[in-house]
Amino acid sequence: MIADLGFGALVITFVISVYGAAAAIYGGIKAKPEWVESARLAMLLTFPLISIAALSLIYLLVNGHYEIEYVSSVTSNSMPYYLKVTALWGGQAGSLVFWSWLMSAFASAVTLRKWDRDREFLPWVIVVSLITLSFFVMLVLLFENPFARIWRMPSGQFIVAMLQPAGATLASMRDGQGLNPLLRHPGMIVHPPMLYLGFVAFVIPYAFAIAALVTGRTDDRWIRITRRWTLVAWLFLSLGLIMGGRWAYDVLGWGGYWGWDPVEIAAFMPWLTGTAFLHSVMIQEKRGLLKHWNMVLIILTYSLVIFGTFLTRSGVLSSVHAFAQSAIGPMFFGFIGLTFSISLYLLLQRWDSLKSEGEMTSLLSREALFLLNNLLFMGILIVCFWGVIFPLVSELVSNQKVTVGPPFYERATAPLFAGLLLLMGIAPLSAWRHSTAKTLGRAIWKPTILAALVGLGVPLALGVRSWPSLVGFFLVALVTFVTFYEFWRGMLARHRTQKESLPVALLNMIARNRRRYGGYIIHLGVVLMAMGIIGIELFQQETQGTIPAGGSISLGNYTLTYKSLASFDTADGRNVARAVVNVEKNGKPVGELYPRRDFFFESQQPMTIPGVRNTWEDDLYVILVDWLPVSSQGASFKVYVNPLVNWLWLGGFVFVLGTLVAAWPDKESELEPARARRRTAVTVEA
Amino acid sequence: MERTLAAENQSTGRMKFIIGGLLIVAAIVYLIASSTHANAQYFLTVDEVYSKGAAIQNRDLRISGAVIGDSIQYDPGTLNLTFTIAHIPGDNKDIEAQGGLAAALHNAVVDPNRKTLVVLYNGPKPDLLRDEAQAIITGKMGSDGVFQADELLLKCPTKYEEAMPDQAG
Repeated sequence: MIADLGFGALVITFVISVYGAAAAIYGGIKAKPEWVESARLAMLLTFPLISIAALSLIYLLVNGHYEIEYVSSVTSNSMPYYLKVTALWGGQAGSLVFWSWLMSAFASAVTLRKWDRDREFLPWVIVVSLITLSFFVMLVLLFENPFARIWRMPSGQFIVAMLQPAGATLASMRDGQGLNPLLRHPGMIVHPPMLYLGFVAFVIPYAFAIAALVTGRTDDRWIRITRRWTLVAWLFLSLGLIMGGRWAYDVLGWGGYWGWDPVEIAAFMPWLTGTAFLHSVMIQEKRGLLKHWNMVLIILTYSLVIFGTFLTRSGVLSSVHAFAQSAIGPMFFGFIGLTFSISLYLLLQRWDSLKSEGEMTSLLSREALFLLNNLLFMGILIVCFWGVIFPLVSELVSNQKVTVGPPFYERATAPLFAGLLLLMGIAPLSAWRHSTAKTLGRAIWKPTILAALVGLGVPLALGVRSWPSLVGFFLVALVTFVTFYEFWRGMLARHRTQKESLPVALLNMIARNRRRYGGYIIHLGVVLMAMGIIGIELFQQETQGTIPAGGSISLGNYTLTYKSLASFDTADGRNVARAVVNVEKNGKPVGELYPRRDFFFESQQPMTIPGVRNTWEDDLYVILVDWLPVSSQGASFKVYVNPLVNWLWLGGFVFVLGTLVAAWPDKESELEPARARRRTAVTVEA
Repeated sequence: MERTLAAENQSTGRMKFIIGGLLIVAAIVYLIASSTHANAQYFLTVDEVYSKGAAIQNRDLRISGAVIGDSIQYDPGTLNLTFTIAHIPGDNKDIEAQGGLAAALHNAVVDPNRKTLVVLYNGPKPDLLRDEAQAIITGKMGSDGVFQADELLLKCPTKYEEAMPDQAG
């Protein structure tokens, strides 16, 4: 009954979405506001409708309706309540419903904004949002229906179908298979919603870009309207990526956080174009340049968002993440191809009206450095894309599937990431329009010397000799000094002109230029993350060994002593084997760790949970590999020392904080900078 | 006169950007090409490993196969892990024709005539290593015919059929 309600709500959503898109196109072309208003109301309706579907599914999940195939595949009686709710996105069919739900929420929120000044955009924003939404709802209805039931045929066979086949009776199931144990982790509960929020939020700036192309209102109005949307999308996408890394570090037990897995890359690619977009729109706002480029970037981001959903959801590529597999691949490819070509066609139609309002003159100007930053982000994107499609390409060309692994990505992207760090150090000190080596040199020599002293001196004194890490530490120090120098300069100037005390000046300065200083805080976050990445990538130590009870194993400054192991069953269907390991650092006891192995009975799957000791200097990461029968009391451990890795998580935190500062609503008029720019442009021409 | 000078300045300015851009593009192309060359791994099925013979020795390989559960041997003392994988088709169409990955893996393991490959790995035993799992193994072929693995990736397709006997009906 509830399943029919949910399914029915989705059918109605699909009909309404298609109607809304058609009405908006008609109303937009014929300039009939009543049709556009009808389309707007249709879009507003999708949210309550999909809410009914999503809540029905949650009801079924929570109440153990295992006759629903999806429910029995992702939940079981022993799962706690909150995991049953989050099982909504534990499998493919549910994820697509969840995706659509978020999409409709964002689409509805957009319709509720004040449209007075931008009436002409409205129909086309509705068209893009509703076509995207109806595509996903269609996938759910035709290919991945989470409400399909399991039927028992008279022959004893089981069939999965929405409607009752002739002569069949509903299978009554006592229990389900339960969620994959690897997904039962707080990071994994929050990570998919964050990624999905990021994905769907990027649809909104894309919708406005398309609206600008269709209506021919190709000034930077669409960028100003969607500035905050873009930042919010980017914030969620970043959060999703960081949490995914944390989940991998805590759960997957290989001592790392990022494996260059195709699915990780799929989520990373829209982030790359999104980041490039965030930077290059500033050039359009300040100087009226790169208008074509910004359109290309947002179109690419949208396509990559859909591609990302497709990669995670279709199982075309072998990946640890391929928890979901199905045959909806061709549908996704068709949709991406169609939307991409239509977007490009619209862009070519408006090519001439998107001409730049000026020229880039100096190679060291702020805008030229931003352009370089864009090139580097695109370079990383191409590396990622090439790595993901290389098996397919090689198979087409040579009939031989050839893959590239993490070393490929690391080798090809490391110089590009280093280039980005260098730009982060230089660009804030360069001026718009005209900047010469002389003016830039005057601004940068002091931070460079400081960075060399600290970034090279300290590691050298500590005995670091590998040049990649020295380059990395130098760049980290350079960005840090330049960024603090920027804060200091701005604060001092305000302190002098406004007669404010230094802390007040700092706060007011940030409040008046949220985007700029939020951006600098994000840069500081990146620097901290870079520290962590350099630490774990270049200085990770590992060892493994089997030791009897009371025996020891040493790595770096640490000595581990295996004390005991206990094995017990828990009420939620696990057998837990938990070792107690005593840790000494430089001969001094620093505590105990409890690496363990949980064995889930219902899925017959073990899960390794490392024992981790966190410090700012390094992480001691201990995995219980195996243990011998109780009599001999020996156990095997794999041990990692991951230097500086906690700076990575701290950096993630600062990064998010900076994005919040940048995205926080401003009271100042949005039109101000545009007018200012036009005025300067006129004076220059005169 | 002034106008031509300005135009000239503009064109040399644009030249600078074009040259700079081309240099960066060239650098990125070089990075991708050289990294691809240095790190390419041939993705083979077990049958292909045998048909290629000596041609693939000392090359980085990636091999996909079905894990035969009975063959898994693990010594926690040395962390030496050996197991045997059976051939599964590399083409998705062939796998679909057999009724999906789970069925293809099952067929591979129960068929005594399939080509098999012994794999040796040193390290912790992965949680997902079990009968009828799909193993994707990275490493090199040893001269003794045993595959020396550096990395194991395992996938277990979900099979709800297994849960069916549970029902009361």
